[in-house]
Parts: sequence; structure tokens; C-alpha cells
Amino acid sequence: MSTNGSAPVVEVQGLSTRFGDRVVHREIDLVVRRGEVLSIVGASGSGKTALLRQVIGLHRPQAGTVHVFGHDLYRSGARTQREIRSRWGVLFQGGALFSALDVFANVAFPLREQRTLPPDVVTDLVMLKLSLVGLHPADATKKPAELSGGMVKRAALARALALDPELLFLDEPTAGLDPVSAEAFQDLIRTLRRELDLTVVMITHDLETLAALSDRLCVLADQRVVAVGPLDEIARVDHPFVQEYFARIEKQAQ
Amino acid sequence: MRTAGPKAITWGVPIAFLRTETTLDGGRRMVVSGAWTLDGLRGQTRSLRAPLAAGAGDPAATWDLASVEALDAAGAALLWRTWRRRRPERLHVRPEHEALLGRFAGLSGEPPQPAPPDPLEPIAALGRGSLEAVGHVTGLVELLGQLVLDVGFLIRHPGRIPWREWSANLYRTGATALPITALVGFLIGIVVSYLSAQQLQTFGANVFIVDLLGISILRELGPLLSAILVAGRSGSAMTAQLGVMRVTQELDALSAFGVSRTLRLVLPKVLALSVALPLLVLWTDALALAGGMLAADLELGIGSTVFLRRLPEVVPIANLWIGLGKGVVFGLLIAVVACHFGLRIRPDTESLGAGTTSSVVTAITVVIVADAVFAVAFSGVGLR
Repeated sequence: MSTNGSAPVVEVQGLSTRFGDRVVHREIDLVVRRGEVLSIVGASGSGKTALLRQVIGLHRPQAGTVHVFGHDLYRSGARTQREIRSRWGVLFQGGALFSALDVFANVAFPLREQRTLPPDVVTDLVMLKLSLVGLHPADATKKPAELSGGMVKRAALARALALDPELLFLDEPTAGLDPVSAEAFQDLIRTLRRELDLTVVMITHDLETLAALSDRLCVLADQRVVAVGPLDEIARVDHPFVQEYFARIEKQAQ
Repeated sequence: MRTAGPKAITWGVPIAFLRTETTLDGGRRMVVSGAWTLDGLRGQTRSLRAPLAAGAGDPAATWDLASVEALDAAGAALLWRTWRRRRPERLHVRPEHEALLGRFAGLSGEPPQPAPPDPLEPIAALGRGSLEAVGHVTGLVELLGQLVLDVGFLIRHPGRIPWREWSANLYRTGATALPITALVGFLIGIVVSYLSAQQLQTFGANVFIVDLLGISILRELGPLLSAILVAGRSGSAMTAQLGVMRVTQELDALSAFGVSRTLRLVLPKVLALSVALPLLVLWTDALALAGGMLAADLELGIGSTVFLRRLPEVVPIANLWIGLGKGVVFGLLIAVVACHFGLRIRPDTESLGAGTTSSVVTAITVVIVADAVFAVAFSGVGLR
């Protein structure tokens, strides 16, 4: 599977969403380039998570197309879909760890599903991923219910990274983390980006993470994308939500 | 020289390659190339196993990773395992892959292993099982006691009676169960009537079908059938609802507001089912008798007028009261058992499934045990 270096990793065109009578998205266009970190920001209820769910193929949009790695996500065969899905990793907002499995089995799950590696190699890989996200080997046998909120996030990230994905979706990765852990998380993403040539699509409300990691921002408001671009460009966009939002960032920076 | 991997090379598809060479001085040289990634290794691990093991068995072998195009954690892990988790003495590796291999070197090793099986495990399991059984009994008694206290509280504070929850539960457990209990009752009535009719005909005792159906349905079949249906239907729903409320921390939220979960969640369910089940029993009785009457007419020629005139003459009304009384008790038991299991569910999916299963099984068992108690206690009533 050869992908042109300059081709967008994710391309959303004319996407519209309705839940019953409520219109969430109107004709959204969005491009994620290879190797960048794109953050989606917007007020609560502006449809950030809904957009993410459509991009990862969990919710078919009423109109519009989603291309991932150059394939139309909703019009490709089961084989292509499976291939696409093994090339991305998703960190869900609440972690979405399998509660019946312990941390080790959660992280090993996608690796075992691939049926490529022998069990002892899977063990090494899982332990590597756990140490990568800063989890102790002793945590491997814990069930998700025994973990703290921050540890759930880390374990879920380890699972999302299990297959060495090219594309990583993060839904509120630092929400509920203390500032130190949040900073460690930012470092982690930076390192992974450098080493794995990672493309990241992230939803976050954490202004520090936003400023520290994002190459570009995509602002959702009034059911549309009102601005896309680097942080300093966006700050100049004349839109009430954008202005109010970035006044906060500046205030925090001072 | 040996080559692992497929004979034909498909360009554009990442594949992991391994070649074993003999160097000029007679040593072994393992040339690793291609894509040592999860994608590249797919379908290759089996054919790579033998050459990798051979290379690993030779401590003097040189490992040449310089022509590796792509290396990810999966490929690195496979090599690391092959090297028995040690860096080979002669290793050529690209600087950009060095960091990845270095990370494995820093790993602390195996995950903590589960404790070895205890030889006394069967005895421990027996003890745990008994303690759990005792726990269930004390839990049920505690819950019943709490419900009595709650009723006392509500008698003193009638304004706090949760009427809305009660009526919602009454509708959910009672009204929506009407179709299924009607169908099952009617069919069982027909079946019992048909089978008995054939036996009675041989003795010429046709008319006793009314006595037989009247007593068996009113006293036994009606209450038991509706109780078992309701235990499967509403008991499981109650357990699952409380269990999910535990998983989503709604139970904790209630407690944080200082709202008693037994008063707000359990009591309305128990009271609603104690009212709904006797009404369902009455309904099932009626439909089962109708089914029996139909079959009696078709099979024995006993018309509905004869049937209905004979019914009150030969079946003492006490049988109906016993049946309805059973309905009240069964309803109470099913709801208490369902809530007890619901409140004990731990916040994971497996516990939810197991809790719902044991709730239904226990509820049905408890209903049948209670039915036996009724049979013995009221053996002198209503049978002449």
C-alpha cells in the first residue's frame, strides 16, 4: 500500500449531520495532512466528538464523504476497512477499556487479533507500550475498575498505540489529568510523533496542550468549520467564538 | 545462502526479509532487511522462525540491520526475543533504529505472573462459596429489614411516598406483561385441558374436567406461570437497571444527594411488583381457564355455559384467594431478589451479566421454594 507523501491522511468533504431535528454539522470540509497534529476545538455540544466518530467510521454521516489514507471510509469493502482500522489508533474520552480484561489483556487485544506475532513477542510489546505511557509492570494485572482516572487514560493510550499506528485520534486526552501528567503526556506525544512519523487528530479543551502540541487548529462553531490554520493565524479570525476563546489563551499565557 | 520469505517480491507491499550469509572467515552473518513492521511480518513469522532461531543459536553471528527500511516496535520485539533479550555482540544497526532497540533493553521484563495454583484451592473455593451464600442471605435479610424501616418512615411521612416511581414500575412490570402472560396462559390452559380430557374420557368422568382445571389453574398454574414469566422479564430488567446505575455511578450520585436508594429505587419496585403480580395472576387465570374451556368444548363437548355454571360449585373460592396471595408473595420475593443482586453488581460488564443471570435463576428458585411452602401450609384449605 503506497501512499503519496503529500496526500492528505484524512479528508472530509461536505459532511452534514443531523440528530433528529437538531443539525450538528452543515457542509463541513476538513483536511488532515501527513505528520501534523490537528486539534479540533469548539464549545461543548458543537459536535467535536460527533465529527470524530464519523471520521473513525462509527457513525455514517447523512451527507458527505470521509476519506482516510485515500480510501472512502463508508464506501470501501470490508477488507479495506479492516486494513484502514489497523493503521489508526483511537483514544476514547472515557478510555473505553474492556472492563472484563486486565490492563495487559487490553493492550494485547489488538495485537492478538492480528494473529501475526507469537505470544512471547506480544508480551514484550505490551510491556514496552506500558512503559512507554508510564505504567508500572505491576499495573498490568489490574482490572480497569481498579485504576485511577489518569491510569485509565494511559492504559487506553497504550492500547491505541499497540499496533504502531500512523494516525492517532485522541478525544480529550488530558481531561482529568493533573498538570504534571498532562505535561508528561504532551512530551509523550511529541516523542511518538518524532519516532513514529505520527499524524494526530485531537479534541481538547486543555489550552496548554493545545498550544504545546497543535500544528493547526480547526474551530467548530455554528455547525461549521469557522477557521482552520496555525494558532497565531486563527487568533486573528474575526468570529465571536474564536475571539472569546483566544482571549483566554492569551490571558493564560501571561 | 538461504532466503526466508516468499519467492516472489511484490513491490509496494512491505515485507520482512532475512538472509543468512557465510562471511569470508567462515562466520555467520544474518542480514535483516525490508519492512520489519507488523504489516511486513504478517504471514511471515512462521517461515522466519527457523532461520531466526539458527542465527540466535550462534553467539558469534553478526547481525546486520543496516538495510532495514522500516522497523517498528513489533519487528524490534521479535528480534529482541530472538536475541534472548540481550544485545548481540556484533550488531550493525542504523542510528534511527537504535532508540527503539534501546527501549527494550530498559524494560524490566516479564509482567507479574499470577500466583501458582494453591493445592488447597478446592477447600478455599468451598469456603468462599459458603461465605458468599451466607453473604447473600444476610444481604437479603438486611434489604428486607431496610424496606420495613422505609415503610415505617413513609407511614410517618406520607408526603415522601414515591408515587411516580411506583406507578411507572406498575406499568412496566404489570401492564406491559399482559400480552405474553395472556398467550402463555391460554396455551397452557388448552394443553392441560386436552391431556386431561383424554384421561377422563377413559373413565367416563368428562365433567370433572371443570374441577381439575379450576383447582390446578387457580391454585397452582396461574400464579407459578406468571411468576416465572415476570421473574424472567421484570426481575432481569430490575437487576440490569440497578447494575448499570452502579456502572455509571448514578447510585453514588443518589447517595451523595443523601437520597436513600432503597426508598427511591428498591421500595417502589417491590411495592409495584407485589401489586402487579396478583393482578397478572388473575389475568393469567382467566385466560388459562378460557383456553381450557375451549379445549373442553372441542374435545369433550362440555359447553361454556355448563363449564361456567359448574366452576363456582366445585371449586371453593379459597383457591382463588390462595392463588392471589401467592401472587403477592412471589412478586415481593422476585423484586427483592432482583434488587439485591442489582445492588451487588460491581462496575464491570462481566459482573453485570453474571449478576443478571444469578438474579433470574435465584428468583425462580425462590418462587418454587415458596410455592412448596404454600402447598404444605395450605394443604387443608380449599380442597375438601
